[in-house]
Amino acid sequence: MENLLLIIVLAPLAGAIIAGFFGGTIGRAGAHWVTSLSVALSCLLSFHVLLGLISGDRQPFDGTVYNWMVAGGIQFQVGFLVDRLTAMMMVVVTFVSLMVHIYTIGYMADEEHNWPKDSLAGVNAYQRFFSYIALFTFAMLMLVMSNNFLQLFFAWEAVGLVSYLLIGFWMNRPTAVFANLKAFLVNRVGDFGFLLGIGVVLLFYGSLNYSEVFATAAANPDLTMSIFGGAEWQVATVAGILLFIGAMGKSAQVPLHVWLPDSMEGPTPISALIHAATMVTAGIFMVARMSPIYELSAVALSFILVIGAITALFMGLVGLVQNDIKRVVAYSTLSQLGYMVVALGVSAYAAGVYHLMTHAFFKALLFLGAGSVIIAMHHKQDMREMGGLKKYMPVTYWTMLIGTLALIGFPAFSGYFSKDGIILAVAESQRAGATFAYLCVLAGVFVTALYSFRLLFLVFHGEGRMDRHTREHLHESPLVVTIPLILLAIPSVLIGLVTVMPMVLGDWFGDAIFVSQANDVLAAVAAKYDSAWGLVAHGFVSLPLYLAAAGFLTAWYLYVIRPDLPDQLRQRFALAYTILEKKYWFDELHLNVFAGIGRALGRFFWKVTDVGLIDGLLVNGTARTIGRVAAGLRRVQTGFLFHYAFVMIIGLLVMLTWFVFGAR
Amino acid sequence: MTNEAFETPNLLLALPEIWLLAMACVVLVVDLFSNDRDHGPAFWLTQVTLLGGIIITVSTQWGVDATTFSGTYVADSLGALLKIGILVLAFLGFAYSRDYMRDRGILKGEYYMLGLFAVLGMMVTVSAGNLLSLYLGVELMSLSLYALVAIDRDSSRASEAAMKYFVLGALASGMLLYGMSMLYGVTGTLDLGEITAAAAELDDRRFLFLFGLVFMMVGVAFKFGAVPFHMWVPDVYHGAPTPVTLMIATASKVAAVGLFLRLIGEGLLPLLESWQHMVVLLAVLSLLIGNTVALVQTNIKRMLAYSTFNHVGFILMGFVAGTPEGYAASVFYALTYAFTVAATFGVVLLLARKGFEADHITDLKGLNDRSPLFAFVVLILMISLTGIPGTVGFYAKWMVLKSVVEAGFVWLAVLAVIGAVVGAFYYLRLVRYCYFDKAEGEGPQPTGSGGFQAVLAANGLLVLVAGIFPGTLVAVCLAAFL
Repeated sequence: MENLLLIIVLAPLAGAIIAGFFGGTIGRAGAHWVTSLSVALSCLLSFHVLLGLISGDRQPFDGTVYNWMVAGGIQFQVGFLVDRLTAMMMVVVTFVSLMVHIYTIGYMADEEHNWPKDSLAGVNAYQRFFSYIALFTFAMLMLVMSNNFLQLFFAWEAVGLVSYLLIGFWMNRPTAVFANLKAFLVNRVGDFGFLLGIGVVLLFYGSLNYSEVFATAAANPDLTMSIFGGAEWQVATVAGILLFIGAMGKSAQVPLHVWLPDSMEGPTPISALIHAATMVTAGIFMVARMSPIYELSAVALSFILVIGAITALFMGLVGLVQNDIKRVVAYSTLSQLGYMVVALGVSAYAAGVYHLMTHAFFKALLFLGAGSVIIAMHHKQDMREMGGLKKYMPVTYWTMLIGTLALIGFPAFSGYFSKDGIILAVAESQRAGATFAYLCVLAGVFVTALYSFRLLFLVFHGEGRMDRHTREHLHESPLVVTIPLILLAIPSVLIGLVTVMPMVLGDWFGDAIFVSQANDVLAAVAAKYDSAWGLVAHGFVSLPLYLAAAGFLTAWYLYVIRPDLPDQLRQRFALAYTILEKKYWFDELHLNVFAGIGRALGRFFWKVTDVGLIDGLLVNGTARTIGRVAAGLRRVQTGFLFHYAFVMIIGLLVMLTWFVFGAR
Repeated sequence: MTNEAFETPNLLLALPEIWLLAMACVVLVVDLFSNDRDHGPAFWLTQVTLLGGIIITVSTQWGVDATTFSGTYVADSLGALLKIGILVLAFLGFAYSRDYMRDRGILKGEYYMLGLFAVLGMMVTVSAGNLLSLYLGVELMSLSLYALVAIDRDSSRASEAAMKYFVLGALASGMLLYGMSMLYGVTGTLDLGEITAAAAELDDRRFLFLFGLVFMMVGVAFKFGAVPFHMWVPDVYHGAPTPVTLMIATASKVAAVGLFLRLIGEGLLPLLESWQHMVVLLAVLSLLIGNTVALVQTNIKRMLAYSTFNHVGFILMGFVAGTPEGYAASVFYALTYAFTVAATFGVVLLLARKGFEADHITDLKGLNDRSPLFAFVVLILMISLTGIPGTVGFYAKWMVLKSVVEAGFVWLAVLAVIGAVVGAFYYLRLVRYCYFDKAEGEGPQPTGSGGFQAVLAANGLLVLVAGIFPGTLVAVCLAAFL
C-alpha cells in the first residue's frame, strides 16, 4: 500500500519536474504528454485505492513514510493517512486535474499570443504551465493524504504557492500581478492563524500526528488555556477557531474572500482546478478531517456556521451584478463554499464534504464551459458582448446547462442531493446561529438560480451583441476542450443518485469523520428518508425547489422577455446596486485600512529604525569595526616561520598555565 | 605484554587498510611499467581502490565492535563511518584533480601513491586503539601530505608552504608524542581502553595527566588548524596545488575528528571537566579569528582557509558536551562540511585552466552566463556553508548548537551564531559574483572532462538533497556512537 501511495503522489511531481526543468528539450507535446500521463496514472491508482477501500480489500492506511527530523522530542515526519475520506478526495483531485490537463491542451494551444513578441517570460510558457498544474496536483495530494499537521502545513503552503504562480501566470499583465500578490497576502493572514492553531495543538496535545492528537483531545475534552489575563478558554475552541482562520483564507470565507474573484486573472483551467474544485476546498477538507477536535467545541462550530452562512448568501448576491463571465462563476464558488462551511458548522461534515465532491465536478464543468466560451470569443470575458451563442456552441451550451441545473439543485442532479442535504441538516440543528444560517441558505437558493440563469441567458440566448469579426469566427471548441466537458457532465448528473444514501445519510465515511451523538443532525435527517428517490420526492413538496424555480423565472423574465428591465431596476435601486457593485467595500477596507496601516508601519520601520538605527549604527558600524580588526589581524600572518612557531608556543603556554596550574 | 604468547591477529577485521596498502603498492608498480603519459592506469586503479575500500569498509566494519592486533586496531561503526567519509572525499579529490595536474605538468605516479598512503594513514588513525597505532597513522598521513604539498617542485610558493607545513607539523607531532609519553608514564600502558579506565581512578596523579593532556591537545588542534595553532593553514592552502589543498581541507579534517575522538573524546572522557574548557577556548578563538580575517580575503583558497577556522570552531563545539549526541553532531558537521568544501574546490579546479588559477573571488564573475548549472552548484554550496535553513549546513550547525546549549554553554552558542552571520558576507559575496556581475575578459569557463563535470554536479546536488533529507545521515551518525 505504501509504495502504491508513493507512486500516486510522486508521479505528478516527476511529471512537473520533467516538464518544468526540461521543457525546452521535450517540447510542447512532450510536456503535455508527460504531465497528463503522470496524472492519469495517479488518477487510475486513486480509483483503485478507493474501490479497494469500498470493497474492503484494503484497510485504511496510517503510517510514516519518512522521518524528517526530531527536535526536542517532536517528530517531524512525512506520512500518509488514507481512509475513505482521503481516497474520495484523491479521486476528485486527480480526476478533475486530469480533465483540466486535457482541456488545457486546447485552451493554451495558441498561448504565445498572450505574450509580447520579445518577452523572455513567454519562452516555454506552455511547458511551464503544465509543470505548474502537475506540481499543484502533487501538492494537493500531499495535503489530503497527510497524517500529520506538519505535512499538512507544508502542502497547504505549497498549494498556495502554486496558486500564486498560476494566478500571475501572465506576469506581464499588471492586473495579474496585483491579483496574485493579493491572493498571497490575504492567505498569509489566514495561514498565520493556521500556524498558531498548529502551535496550540502541539503545545496542548503534545503531538503533530493526527491520530495521537485526536486521542489526546478526546481524552481531555475540557482542557483549558488562558489567553490575555485570567480568562480560561477551552483548548479545542481556540485551536478550532485558529485552524479555521487558516481555512477562511484558503477557502475564501468572509472577510478573507477578497482574493478569489481577483484570482480569475489566471488562465481559466486554473480557475477550474484550483479556484473551484480543489484548492479552495482544502479548508473544508481540513475541518472535516479535524472533526474530532471541532466536535469538542460548540463555540468554534457556531463561529464556523455564522461565517459560512454570511458567505453563502452575501457573496451570491454580489454575483448578480458581475458582468465578467468568470467572475460570476467565481462568486458562485464563494457562495457554494459558504454552503459547505455551513454544513461543517452544524456538524454535518459528511454533507459538507459531499457537497465539496459534487461541486468539484459541476463547478469545474462550469468553469471549463466558461473557458470554452472565452476561447470562442477570442479571450473576451464580458457577458454584455455575448449572447446567442447556443447555436454556435451546442456542446458547450448543453454541458453548461447540465452544470447549471446541478448548481441550482434541480431534483435528482448531483447538486440537488448535496445542497438539499445541507439545508435539511441545518433545519435539524439546534446550534446557536442555526436559524440565521437556515434563512441564509434558503435565500441563497433563490440567488443561486438567479445568477446562474442570468449567466446562461446572457451568454447563450437572445441576440448576439459581439462585433462582426468575432461573430464570423464563432465555432464550437475542439475535442480536447469538449471531451472534458462531457466527461465532467456525467458525474454532475449521476453521482448524486448513486452515492447520496451511503455518503450523506449512511455511515460511509466510518471512522474518518467523527460526530458526537448529540450533534448528529444527519442521523436525524436519515431517519426520515430511506432512499435517494425518497429525497427527490421530498424535493417537490419543499421550499428550496420553488425558490430555485422562482430564481429561474425571474432570470428568464429579466434577461429573455424584458432585457430592458435590468437597467431600469439598476437606476431604481441605485443604493443596493452600488453596495453590490462595490462588493460591500471589502476591497477598500483591506487595501486602505489593513494594507495602509501595514505600509505606514513599514515606512516607519524602514526610515527610522532600519536606515537610521540598524543600518547606520549596527550593521555598518559593526562592519567597519570588524573590517578594521580584520586588517590588523591579517598583518599577524607575516609569513615568517618563526612567528608561526612562536604563536604555537604561546598558545601552549597559555593552555598549560590556565588549565594545569590554574586548575590546582 | 612481553610475556604473552603470540596470537595470530584477525586480519579480516583490518581488511580495508590491508586492501589499501596492497593496492597502493600495486599502483606504484603498475605506474612504473606504464607508458601512459597521463598516468591513466594509476588513476583508474586508484579510484577502483578507493571505491573497493568503501565497499569493504561497509561490509566488514559497519555495526561491528571488535579489536585485533592485540587491541591496537579497533573495528567499529565510528571508524567505519569516518573511513567511508575519507575514502569518498579522496575519490572526489582525485576525480577533480586530473585535468588540473596534467595542465601544470605535475601529474605524476607519485601523486596517486602518496595520496593513497595519506588516506591509509587517516584510516589507521581513526581505527587506532592504542597510542602507538594512533601516532603511526597520524605520521603516515602527515608525511604523505608534506610531500604532496611540495609535489610541484618548481614552484617556490609550494616549496615554501611545504617547508612551513613540515616544520610546524614536526613541532606539533613532537608535542603530541610528548603528551603521549606523559600518559604512558602515568598509566604504564599504551592501550587507550586501559588509559580510559586509569583516568577514571587516578586522582592523585591527575596533575601529570593534565600536563600530558594539554600537549596532546596542542597536537590535535594543529591537525584541525584550530586557533592559535592555525598559522600554517592559510599559507599551505594558498601555496599547495589546489587538489592537495582539497585533500588537506576535507579528508584530513575528518581524520582529525577521528583523532580527537579516539584520543581525547573517548580515550580521556573521564577528564571531560578538564578538557572541556580547553576545547571551548580553542573553539571561541577559532570562531573569532577565522570569521574576521576571512572577510578581507580576496583569494578563494585563502578565504576558505580562514573560513575553515569558523567551521573547526563548530566541530570543536560539538565535542564540548562530551555526549554521544554532541559527538554525532561533530561527525555530521565534519562530513557534510568536507563534502561541501570538496565541491567548492572542485568548482575552482573546474574553472582553472592553463595559466589561470581561478582562485580569485572575482574570477567567478558572470559564471551564471557561462554555466548556469555550476553557478547553481556554487549557490547551493555557499548557502549551505552559510547555514541557511533548508540546507545541510543548517542542520549541521543546528545539531552542534543544540548539544552545546544542552551542555549549558548558551553564550558559546550565541557567539557561534553571530559568527555564522558574519560568515554569510563572504560566502554570499561569491554568489553575487556568480549571478549579478558580468564576466571580465574571458571570464570563467568550465573546462573539465565530462566525467569530472558529472561527479562535481552530483556532489553539489547531493549537498542539496542532504539538506532536504538530512534524516538518514543524522541517523547514521547517531548510530555510530550507540
